[in-house]
Amino acid sequence: MNNETLIPKIGVIIDVRKDTPDIKTFRVVSPEGKKLFEHRPGQCAMVSIPGVGEAMFSITSSPTNTEYMEFSIKKCGCVTTWLHQAEVGQQVTVRGPYGNPFPVDDVFAGKDLLFVAGGVGLAPLRSVINYCRHYRDRYGKIDIVYGSRSKDDLLDYEEIINEWSTDEGVNVHLTIDREQEGWDGHVGFVPNYVKELGFDTNKIAVLCGPPIMIKFTLEGLRSLGFEKTQVYTTLELRMKCGVGKCGRCNVGSKYVCKDGPVFRFDQLDELPNEY
Amino acid sequence: MQKVTREVLLEKAKALLADGTVNRVLGWKKGEFTYDVTPAVFTTVEELDKDFVYGEFCGANFSKYLVKEAKKDGKVLVFLKPCDTYSFNQLLTEHRFDKEKVYAVGIPCDGMVDIDKIKETVSESVLGATRDGDNIVVETLYDGKKTVSREGVLAERCLNCKSKKHVYYDELIGDDGEVLDSNRFDEVEKLEKMSADERYAFWKNELSRCIRCNACRDICPACTCEKCVFGNPNSGVENKAISDSFEEKMFHIIRAFHVAGRCTDCGECSRVCPQHIPLHLLNRKFIKDINSFYGDYQAGEEIGSRAPLVNYTKEDLEPSEAVNKGDE
Amino acid sequence: MRKISLSNLDKLFALIAENAKLYIPVDGKNGLASFKLWEDGVQMSNALNTTRSAKDFFFPQTENLMEFKTQGKNIEIIDNRTEKEDFVVFGVRGCDVKSFEILDRVFLSEPIDTYYASRREKGVIVSLACGKPAETCFCKTFGIDPSSPAGDVTAWKTETDLYLKANTEKGEKLLKAVSSVTEECGEDVVEEQKKAINAIMDKLPLKDLSTEKFGAGKTKEYFDSPAWDELSSHCLGCGTCTFVCPTCQCYDIKDFNTGNGVKRFRCWDSCMYSDFTLMAHGNSRLSQKERFRQRFMHKLVYYPDNNDGMFSCVGCGRCLAKCPISMNIVKVMKTLGGKENE
Repeated sequence: MNNETLIPKIGVIIDVRKDTPDIKTFRVVSPEGKKLFEHRPGQCAMVSIPGVGEAMFSITSSPTNTEYMEFSIKKCGCVTTWLHQAEVGQQVTVRGPYGNPFPVDDVFAGKDLLFVAGGVGLAPLRSVINYCRHYRDRYGKIDIVYGSRSKDDLLDYEEIINEWSTDEGVNVHLTIDREQEGWDGHVGFVPNYVKELGFDTNKIAVLCGPPIMIKFTLEGLRSLGFEKTQVYTTLELRMKCGVGKCGRCNVGSKYVCKDGPVFRFDQLDELPNEY
Repeated sequence: MQKVTREVLLEKAKALLADGTVNRVLGWKKGEFTYDVTPAVFTTVEELDKDFVYGEFCGANFSKYLVKEAKKDGKVLVFLKPCDTYSFNQLLTEHRFDKEKVYAVGIPCDGMVDIDKIKETVSESVLGATRDGDNIVVETLYDGKKTVSREGVLAERCLNCKSKKHVYYDELIGDDGEVLDSNRFDEVEKLEKMSADERYAFWKNELSRCIRCNACRDICPACTCEKCVFGNPNSGVENKAISDSFEEKMFHIIRAFHVAGRCTDCGECSRVCPQHIPLHLLNRKFIKDINSFYGDYQAGEEIGSRAPLVNYTKEDLEPSEAVNKGDE
Repeated sequence: MRKISLSNLDKLFALIAENAKLYIPVDGKNGLASFKLWEDGVQMSNALNTTRSAKDFFFPQTENLMEFKTQGKNIEIIDNRTEKEDFVVFGVRGCDVKSFEILDRVFLSEPIDTYYASRREKGVIVSLACGKPAETCFCKTFGIDPSSPAGDVTAWKTETDLYLKANTEKGEKLLKAVSSVTEECGEDVVEEQKKAINAIMDKLPLKDLSTEKFGAGKTKEYFDSPAWDELSSHCLGCGTCTFVCPTCQCYDIKDFNTGNGVKRFRCWDSCMYSDFTLMAHGNSRLSQKERFRQRFMHKLVYYPDNNDGMFSCVGCGRCLAKCPISMNIVKVMKTLGGKENE
């Protein structure tokens, strides 16, 4: 890691993929064409455009990818709006990796895994899912429940259909909020779908999505018999430094950038409800 | 003038609570020392008896708090000094709160004491200060009791009091006073007589101490925008800090422009400035200019009055004339 | 221990200033003292403390972190830090010296903030014992001894002399450099002053303020306390307390377009400000109550949680003197801590 934690590296956007009407995935490498730095699944990086701002994003590509990093970014504020109009070849600055990763090599090892995501919430889980797929023999069965407003709003759809769904022992359950022409899959909200699917509790669950989805999915999992110690999520708050010093992303005495973004629900119970 | 004591106000507050005129009282809560009173809302007689205070250090202008208070259920009792009532009216003019949600009791005032002046002139360590006629008896940590002239430690704005007359009240304690001939523009005139370089040096020196805490803006009864341009990250002028010195000066000058014609000269900005920057002088310069260009106008004197800067008349000064007048 | 007559202070300052920039507290308008660069003729203030704390020397209100030059799609990052000169801060009170320890735990913990670290390395602290603590002082609550403040050198001022004692290698080096104008002396006078100061400390109005009710592990106890409503009800949401506080260290990083490139600077931020936690899609602290609570919970619970029980307040009393509505940490501690804490 760079000794100068606030001074970023230069990254070059070498590919822009339009995933949904408001989400684009940016592929970034160093000016020399190499991967900028190594990371662990679930970690984040600060991406900036000088003069526009700097913001924290999940690194959505798997650490096992040796060539580049990817960020799936929803158009939302200043930085993201600017990025959405950026073209291939545009340089940005990147610093990181920040935060604690998902415990993929210890807690997750040998277990069945259930990933539940809503909307752009799939982005932070993509690095974990692909990491677990890469080391397929280290994990048990993998279930992925993913939902969005519509088919067009499903992130990484091609990858899900062409790669994830064809893996052995990986079950993908897609759902969209409302009926749509050309969609013969499941229709309904993610929390209900999780309950309908009715998973056995001998596994680790990872949730990411809008707060309301998290709330009801957690309730659903609890009703299926899951303990909070089995369920993980990843948080997002305003960040400036990324290293637990600028003082704004704390929930109680924990800093999301440094002590998170990955938390277990029993750990969140110990923190005040301010996120 | 009737002497306003804690007991008089307490009695009034209790009576208005008891007969249901109001369901709470906006008043001053006692602090650690004599001088560090905090604005507070009291809802019961017990709370009032325990913590309500009134005295030499109750200078805070409560008008702005009514913007928030008047949104709550029931009527709130507020005690207003004459100068506070100008801010009160100005806020009503700007439709900032519903006056039916407020019961205003006007209280006479013969000036408030500035603790910082006591600390500067008497002792850095003040345990207490009480009024004794025209004097203030200061209890110090190291030099025992010391007596100083009250006038010597009066707040700047009180030394230049513009009016002892309440321009709004539901009820008045004691007799009302008169609008005064104050010397409040003397300092402005001194600044006007300076050369441009001297004036620049004066403001540079004063504003260089600014720590950009925004207390002047946040206390100002004319600063009631829901979202301040300086607190809006998308405004392009949001700055918490001195990105360079020129910008820093602009903050105060822009703010003075924004409250021009609406500033009642209540003096809260200078009172709360931790760095003692005489911000009221910027406002007074505007008031003085408006008076000379458009005729005397006192913001807040009348509810609903049209301030000269937002009111067109055929007699209005032409911009070219204003420029020339500025040179005079 | 060394001493020098107050009438010779100028000589001492001149000698120090030969090798380093020297900052001393100087009187300003209305008795407001501030640290100023010493030059011939500048007199040291007798004020108890400066309006702004000494944290500015290590964590300035604004500092440039880097610059960017952009051309087309390309970006160049310029780390334009120039090595700073050594500097000496003279006359720092015990509370502010302690604040450096609190800031160190933030900025010098991994990953080290090199901007801060380099200033800490280059700065020499000469502390000054408090002959006359004020009614707003409560440093003892946080275990600070104002009669014997830490720092590289500790100084004591009497009516006639200044006594100096080195505590660190840096301090010894400094005293060695000024040995030609100081003389070796006994510690009797200083011991007497220490006793006198401690006797005063026992008489201060806030002497009984206790931290016992606060500290690590108390989040649940206080977070949902109903007392926050009233304590915060008239808070203006300004940044006065934060900016005069020697231990507040939250910051913002912003870009400024100079017209000739982009300056990325860091500046003090305040958790009292409404945009502190504002994100493109929401804000985790919407009300002033939540922001107010954050500031005091940070000082009294969160910081201790992360720093072996150490509090993030030094009892300097600046917020007591400066808050526009006279709300402050003492009132918060007394209200939350209940009757026993009064």
